[in-house]
Amino acid sequence: MTALRVLVTGASGFLGRAVAAELVAAGHDVSCFQRRPSGVAGARDLLGSVTTEVDLKHAVVGMDAVVHLAAKVSLAGDPRDFEAVNVEGTRSLLGAAADAGVSRFVFVSSPSVAHAGASIVGSDAGPADPARARGDYARTKARAELLALDADSPLMRVVAVRPHLVWGPGDTQLVARIVDRARAGRLPLLGHGAALIDTTYVDNAATAISAALDRVPDVHGNAYVITNGEPRPVAELLDGMCRAAGVRPPAWSVPAALARAGGSAIEAAWRVRPGVDEPPMTRFLAEQLSTAHWFDQRRTRADLHWTPRVTLDEGFRRLAAAYAQLPAPGGRESG
Amino acid sequence: MTHPRQQHQYRLPRAAATPAPAALPPEGLPGLDPAFSRLVEAEEPGAGIRTWHLLDNGPLLASRGIAPVGTILCVHGNPTWSYLWRSLVTQATDAATRGAEAWRVIAVDQLEMGFSERTGTVRPLARRVADLGDLTDALGLAGPVVTFGHDWGGVVSLGWAVDHPDLLAGVLLLNTAVHQPEDAAIPAPLRLALQGGVLGTATVTTPAFLDTTLALAHPPLSAAVKRAYRAPYRGAARRGGIGAFVADIPVGPGSVSTPELDRIASGIRRLGVPALLLWGPTDPIFSDRYLDDLLDRLTDADVHRFEGAGHLVAEDVDYAAAALTWLADRAPVAAVSAPVSAPVTAAVPAAVPVPVESDRSSGHSRPEKDISDAETAPGSGSGAGGDGYQPLWHYLDEFRESDDIALVDMAPGHGAAQLSVTWRELSTRVRRLATGLYQIGVRKGDRVSLLVPPGADLTAVLYACVRIGAVVVVADAGLGLRGLTRAVRGARPDHVIGATPGLLAARALGWPGQKIAAVTLARPLARLLDVSFTLAELESLGAEEELPQEPTAADTAAVLFTSGSTGPAKGVVYTNGQLAAVSRALRAQYGVGPGTGLVAGFAPFALLGPALGARSVTPDMDVTSPKTLTATAVAAAVAAIDASVVFLSPAALTNVVATAGSLSPADWASLAGVRSFLSAGAPVAEPLLAAAARLMPGATAHTPYGMTEGLLMTDITLEGIRAATGDRLRVPLPAATDAVNGIRNPGRPATSDVETTAAPGGVCVGCPTGTTRIRISALDDRGAATGELSEQTGVTGEIVVSAPHVEDHYDRLWLTDRAARRGAITGERWHRTGDVGHLDVDGRLWVEGRLPHVIVTSAGVVTPVGPEQAIERIRSTPRAAVTGDTRGRPAQGHAGVARAAVVGIGPVGTQQLVAVVETTPAARRVRLASSELAAAVRLASTAPIAAVLVVPHLPTDIRHNSKIDRSRLARWAGGILSGGRMTRP
Repeated sequence: MTALRVLVTGASGFLGRAVAAELVAAGHDVSCFQRRPSGVAGARDLLGSVTTEVDLKHAVVGMDAVVHLAAKVSLAGDPRDFEAVNVEGTRSLLGAAADAGVSRFVFVSSPSVAHAGASIVGSDAGPADPARARGDYARTKARAELLALDADSPLMRVVAVRPHLVWGPGDTQLVARIVDRARAGRLPLLGHGAALIDTTYVDNAATAISAALDRVPDVHGNAYVITNGEPRPVAELLDGMCRAAGVRPPAWSVPAALARAGGSAIEAAWRVRPGVDEPPMTRFLAEQLSTAHWFDQRRTRADLHWTPRVTLDEGFRRLAAAYAQLPAPGGRESG
Repeated sequence: MTHPRQQHQYRLPRAAATPAPAALPPEGLPGLDPAFSRLVEAEEPGAGIRTWHLLDNGPLLASRGIAPVGTILCVHGNPTWSYLWRSLVTQATDAATRGAEAWRVIAVDQLEMGFSERTGTVRPLARRVADLGDLTDALGLAGPVVTFGHDWGGVVSLGWAVDHPDLLAGVLLLNTAVHQPEDAAIPAPLRLALQGGVLGTATVTTPAFLDTTLALAHPPLSAAVKRAYRAPYRGAARRGGIGAFVADIPVGPGSVSTPELDRIASGIRRLGVPALLLWGPTDPIFSDRYLDDLLDRLTDADVHRFEGAGHLVAEDVDYAAAALTWLADRAPVAAVSAPVSAPVTAAVPAAVPVPVESDRSSGHSRPEKDISDAETAPGSGSGAGGDGYQPLWHYLDEFRESDDIALVDMAPGHGAAQLSVTWRELSTRVRRLATGLYQIGVRKGDRVSLLVPPGADLTAVLYACVRIGAVVVVADAGLGLRGLTRAVRGARPDHVIGATPGLLAARALGWPGQKIAAVTLARPLARLLDVSFTLAELESLGAEEELPQEPTAADTAAVLFTSGSTGPAKGVVYTNGQLAAVSRALRAQYGVGPGTGLVAGFAPFALLGPALGARSVTPDMDVTSPKTLTATAVAAAVAAIDASVVFLSPAALTNVVATAGSLSPADWASLAGVRSFLSAGAPVAEPLLAAAARLMPGATAHTPYGMTEGLLMTDITLEGIRAATGDRLRVPLPAATDAVNGIRNPGRPATSDVETTAAPGGVCVGCPTGTTRIRISALDDRGAATGELSEQTGVTGEIVVSAPHVEDHYDRLWLTDRAARRGAITGERWHRTGDVGHLDVDGRLWVEGRLPHVIVTSAGVVTPVGPEQAIERIRSTPRAAVTGDTRGRPAQGHAGVARAAVVGIGPVGTQQLVAVVETTPAARRVRLASSELAAAVRLASTAPIAAVLVVPHLPTDIRHNSKIDRSRLARWAGGILSGGRMTRP
């Protein structure tokens, strides 16, 4: 493996921080680009925003590679913000990186860019499809991925990786939301909870992205879904996360169809009343939690020369250990 | 028959006679490449030039420089057109382009039909046959030609075949008929269409006949395909040919086309070329009776009946692949043109010589009991081993003067007490019945369906039939009425011998064949049930007459039906020699012979008591439900004949053990005299066999491995099972990742360095019986059994067996039969069991599941039985027995697992494993397992499990109450785990 000068965008986020740390550990020279300090040991911070072209131009100077994670990740919000950060930010970064002579570009995407709400049962990554993707986040990420792969050229090789449902200690997105809601008694199970869902333990997502960076010269132009390869019924996943945090798992359920319909209504209401918090349920989330989402990982593992190191059950143990060290009730941190 | 009809065509509407030129079909018809369409002119002598539309891949093959080995000449029926053959044209062209044997396919539109010319004239059958000859002359068609016809096109194609013996190399047919039996009404749909006032309206004025035919597909045709079939028949003027075709159907001696039909019907008896019939039995017009008639004329024809397919069999199944496969195997061109060496799997002929037993190679383990046991049994005579063929009725002749008991029926029906029959009585009755059957016209090769419950009557009738060479058709009542109906209809018996329930069912469901009652019925009932004779009448008819000649060892003796636990039951054909070999194998393995008392509680073996020379007893039980057999009934049966050997089914065994509490001291004493017992039909778990062994403390407990196709392939004793289990537990775990995942590299030994016993898990079914050879066809990385037959140990693959007592062939299932012989050693009779397993270093066979149930994950192939066994060892854990989680919340306990099925969901190659479990205590409804139980299952399982579903009861087959259709269960689980409704499996 060659040591590279790597710029990681969005390194103050849950996954970004893990990726930056992994790249440092792998011997790369890592710079982190985001609005707040990343706190990643061994990496230098370059503060700025992906919506500011000047910041980007400065950040990519002298870089061999870019790992682009910065994105607006939310289930609701102003569509213009998604557009500005996810689409235009990516476009600007691709341009700046190419101009600066960056030779490798890893675009961190999401499996939701290729799916329209139906069950995913053992399929591989299809092409991103903004027309069919559900919600502003998935739509804008789909457009951004297309932009990124389109920028793949002999001078700058681009690969897209799509980690699915990343979780682990310090996760403010998935785990903390589930735990908070469960603690408040507001976490229902959607349907019978048997839908099989594959997730990605954060360390595995980080090693996969690091592997993708190594493999860019050989696998550029492609998109890869990344998961643990251990699908579980959604009820067991929620149960595992709640138990790790020491809270009671969901004990009541809502019919899946009702949740989807309700999710749509709530989503619409949130648009006209932008609040401090995000809506308790969206149609996208209802679909995610009541239909199967698991993937064919053979191409990913073969092409990236990568296998996940942390099993699901080991992940739950590590999550429990992390919660055990927090002062009760714990689990919440500002994002 | 109805009165003679003349010249129906005159009743057709005027539009029917509208001339129109031939045309090319429109583009865009699904599945039809316009490149195959061409128009060809042919002269009709004395009438002028006729233009035909046909599909022809000849020009395309020529342009690619491919020389065909021959031509398949396809003729559609009424009211279809050459579109029917689109798949054959395409597949044949693709195969030729790939470098496989190249066939030119010519599929014609008959004149007045499809896109061929509307001549405005009427074309009776003889004219149509001549038309086809005119066309092939115009095409300059040289041999070899294989004809392929459907419906009335079948008749036309056969007419051409009869007229062109020099060119003809083979005959292929889909549902058709060449003869209307005198005693049978013509099919109702045609009768209706032929009504004077109806014919024109139904066929020409309206598209009713066309639409009715297109509605006969299973599953229904897509709208686009229906549109394609209708394309040449838009408007009454285009449909004259449809009406004329129907009007031309010969319905009696006076019909215009009757002489031509008769000429063809008798002419095909002399064709002397290979023939294949691909048949859809669900056909309201050409029912199985016409298949029978055709087989009577084309005596050496191969047949495949596609259960569930119908009149439009060409749309229902992949007939094209079947036809091309058959052509490659049968290589009819080889005889006509270049000599081609026959493929290995080619054409297992109807009667393969039984392999000589003595060619058993060294290195196979010996049976538990030495053959000499049987040979030294008192009065056994000669020839127990070796190649000594003893017909099934051997002891009926040898003991005809003996007043010893031959068989006892504990519940002969109609509330009578037990019935004992001496050898003298049985022998006499069998001879009289045999002669009586012959007197009423039952002949060698006739099929006789036996719908009589096991007991004295069934035994007598069965041996009587076999003695005169009639073929007994035996279907288990456990198939259920629907399965039984399908089986009886498919086997097309010429005669039915039944008790009242069987005859009632035969009557109600319209089963074919002359009916013979096993009991005397009141006259009105006998009339109602269409009963011609009773057994008593047959006996008196046969009392004074001479027995006909015995059949030979190579003559067919029986059609036995499989359990149908996975798909429709299949008929399995045995010759006399092969059935005799079954009894020889039983004698060799268990020492059953003259002087032995045998409790016959397992259907296929039960009937062999007299063939073994043993006295046998049928216990009191409901045969339709083996699990009704009680311990007391077994004890009573043992006592009745002082039995030393007991044969049971696993379902019966379960109930016998469960009802042991009601045994009296005398019962216990009787059971103590049993020397050996066996549970046959499905593998038995050690605890059940052990429990049964405690009821019969003096007995060796056996459980054989076999199937309807090969009834006794291996055998293992209770001690053997314990030893094997011990071996497995003692085996050090093989190389790291493999052991953890329980996933193996297919086709390679399960362990890397040392060859250990049985690492892959499974049920140990013991060593091959004396004359059986077992090989393994290794699984490839797609889970398909593609490996060469091999005796290598530790390799998982399909179990392939060979023995003198393996069946001869599947009945009217040419493709199934071919698949079962795939990869067989030339000249030997091998049977692919559809089971997967491996051999261990001690020569023992381990069964790991069914081939279609093999799971292919991204890490490799997983067979289900190993993880199932591990999961079934999970015992319930009380609430307090496990410590709580990190926050001290008490953990829940979990239920124990009574039975588990492991299935794969998702695409092959990246499948996930799902465990479906029955718990103790049983769950009341289907649900996702608790996290605790799921964790226990994952811990226990030898392969990673994605999800665990709990069900109140796993669905099993009726006959064995143990076989689980994992394919069906996988579809069910896949639905739930993708978010579908939580239904019952």
